[in-house]
Amino acid sequence: MAMNPDTIALPGRRSTAWLLVALATLGAATGCKKEEKARVDADFYKKTQEALIRARPGAVIELPEGRFQLDRSLSSSVDGITIRGKGLDKTILSFKGQTQGAEGLLLKGNGLTLEDFAIEDTKGDAIKINGTDGLVIRRVRTEWTGGPKSTNGAYGLYPVQCKNVLIEDSVAIGASDAGIYVGQSEHVIIRRNKAMRNVAGIESENTKYADIYENTATENTGGILVFDLPDLPVQGGRATRVFNNDLHGNNTDNFAPEGNIVATVPPGTGMMIMANDQVEIFNNRFRDNKTVNLAITSYFVARKPIQDKNYDPYPESIFVHDNTFTGGGDAPSGLVVKLLALKMGKPFPDILYDGIVNPKKLTPEGKLPDALRICIRNNGDADFANMDLWNDFENIRRELAPHDCAHPSPEPVKLSGVTP
Amino acid sequence: MRVWFAVAALWLAGCSKGRGEVHTFVEDPFPEKLSAWGLFQGTGWTLEPNAGVTPYELNTPLFSDYAEKYRTLWVPPGQAATWSDTEAFDFPVGTILSKTFMYPVQGSVPLAKGAQRTAGNADKRFRPVETRLLVHAKRGWVALPYVWNEEGTDATLEVVGSSLALEATHTSGRKLSIHYMVPNVNQCQGCHERNKTMTPIGPQARHLNRDYPYDQGPENQLARLARLGSLKGAPEPGTAARNAVWNDPSTGTLEQRARAYLDANCAHCHERSGPAASSALYLSAHEKEQHQIGVCKAPVAAGRGAGKDLPFDIVPGKPDRSILLYRMNSGDPGVMMPELGRALIHEEGVALIRDWIQQMPGACEGESRQAMGG
Repeated sequence: MAMNPDTIALPGRRSTAWLLVALATLGAATGCKKEEKARVDADFYKKTQEALIRARPGAVIELPEGRFQLDRSLSSSVDGITIRGKGLDKTILSFKGQTQGAEGLLLKGNGLTLEDFAIEDTKGDAIKINGTDGLVIRRVRTEWTGGPKSTNGAYGLYPVQCKNVLIEDSVAIGASDAGIYVGQSEHVIIRRNKAMRNVAGIESENTKYADIYENTATENTGGILVFDLPDLPVQGGRATRVFNNDLHGNNTDNFAPEGNIVATVPPGTGMMIMANDQVEIFNNRFRDNKTVNLAITSYFVARKPIQDKNYDPYPESIFVHDNTFTGGGDAPSGLVVKLLALKMGKPFPDILYDGIVNPKKLTPEGKLPDALRICIRNNGDADFANMDLWNDFENIRRELAPHDCAHPSPEPVKLSGVTP
Repeated sequence: MRVWFAVAALWLAGCSKGRGEVHTFVEDPFPEKLSAWGLFQGTGWTLEPNAGVTPYELNTPLFSDYAEKYRTLWVPPGQAATWSDTEAFDFPVGTILSKTFMYPVQGSVPLAKGAQRTAGNADKRFRPVETRLLVHAKRGWVALPYVWNEEGTDATLEVVGSSLALEATHTSGRKLSIHYMVPNVNQCQGCHERNKTMTPIGPQARHLNRDYPYDQGPENQLARLARLGSLKGAPEPGTAARNAVWNDPSTGTLEQRARAYLDANCAHCHERSGPAASSALYLSAHEKEQHQIGVCKAPVAAGRGAGKDLPFDIVPGKPDRSILLYRMNSGDPGVMMPELGRALIHEEGVALIRDWIQQMPGACEGESRQAMGG
């Protein structure tokens, strides 16, 4: 009886009451032919959900190895819990045929740790975490297994309005919006993850103090997006560093439902910075993103009306340096892009800037003040175009000289209450 | 590794204190059986409220798969709730709110208007399915879902929730297969939350401001609570906010009834301090700004909820271009709104919101009123 009562194993190997259930479930999982209709593991659901409800702060909820079929969301609102499986390919919670709940796992409460499991084929989002301070997601996989489809759920890993977030060594596949999405949050580290075949691989939206590094984004529509959008209660996305990432072959057709903002991202986009401020992009490796390797734009490229009076649609204080660019731009795609291609011809440059600036902030000489400039230097032989979107591509400029400047680096993100 | 499951203590004591007496519990463990609370005399087939238990109704309620709902309020004797103009009243610790979900034994849903009951289920027309309690415990509000047994003699606490297959007949003659979901306590919090704290939703002035047919005759619910000493600080009901009854045109304009419907069916999450605050779509009855209630508001994180190509939450004059209606009119868990609490589409509610959007003046950029919806 001296064991830690806060560790809850589900259904553990020494649980006499649940041993048979566990074995039966595992047996069914391993012996199951793929085309057989999935059988809901009601006992697994019930025990797991009960453990999540009855957990006390600090509890560790252990998920066993195996593939488990669920038809309803799991949820928790307890502070300080850890949900831990046996590995992102070993503990698999499949929500194929889900009948209830807009996500697979819905979490609230502060100080949460999610480790070593996978969530597959939810109807809506895979894992949503709302309003949490202190969140670690480590070696977790979210996936829609049927490939890119507009019927896939929107977000894989989805913390919104969170603080002190670490997402690392995780995998996100097949989301019809963003595989890894951090929205309206602050103090965020996203590192060493792999995002594939999503519309957006990794997206930081209306978020400040974010470090996004050592990730691989491939076969998405857009690899990494750093956006600031209107009509959200938290705005002012800024102070973000994006570095040492691999962004290659993000050429999947855009399969997002049309009304969504990411539906405007052209297929073949390596990285896109939209309306965010103080973004430093360095030491990334861009390769073979067929429309453009790196785009820096205002919100106006989305061609959506702005009703939100407090919203700042302009990207400012952007610094792009020491990246490598290989291939790409050879088959530009997307609406605005096609219009531009008529004017500019192919291939597209490595770095594309829409050239739209806030007229209220210009100096008497008609330029952005130094602190707000779009700075681009030391990117090898990367080519560039300012597409002059405001004037319908009238004065496309390819020279980099007006952008030869630098900004101070945003401070490295420090997380409080989270041990990286 | 040692396995440990928390098990709620079985409530065995306290049942023999005599009929007609309410017992409240303000900390764990909560009773396993509904009968331990003493809210009702008899069984789920009667739901006769015990002394001090006040039944109430809402002007416009939440749709829950055509379930009939019977609500009661019990405030500890000698104590009172404190009035609020726009939020739930502030109830003392020990307060018990109950809501019993029932389906008709015979006949169809939705019920014809005017089918009032004086006691919960005195005419035994309804099969009781679930009674949810919301109890103001010492640590805050606690949600406790009790599921009635087949015989309807008692109900058992199901913290993990469960699901039941039920059948009913719609007034159109169609059979409804109801996949009735008993929510778990976390799911309860999914709606009953303000600023991350569990809270009641129904007992707000604008929802309660109406008459109820008490045994002694009809009386305004707010006036009665005040008269009984259960509510302090209440103004005259005539000066307080009052939601329209969504399906009774004599209670308000189309606009007022539509807004009352959205208030009850959406604003529990879509409220400035509610769980869907991150969407910036706010649907409380007191929101004035058109953009904030979704008019020409572009979706941000709606995912598949935005349909194939729907541009805005509400496009005036174009219900079929409006995301709000699209999500109300869906049964797909990845699309539907509300996310929880229904599996069926509320056809009558959809029709109301459709009419409202159809007749709404104005237009959104890129969506001229003349063109037919896509």
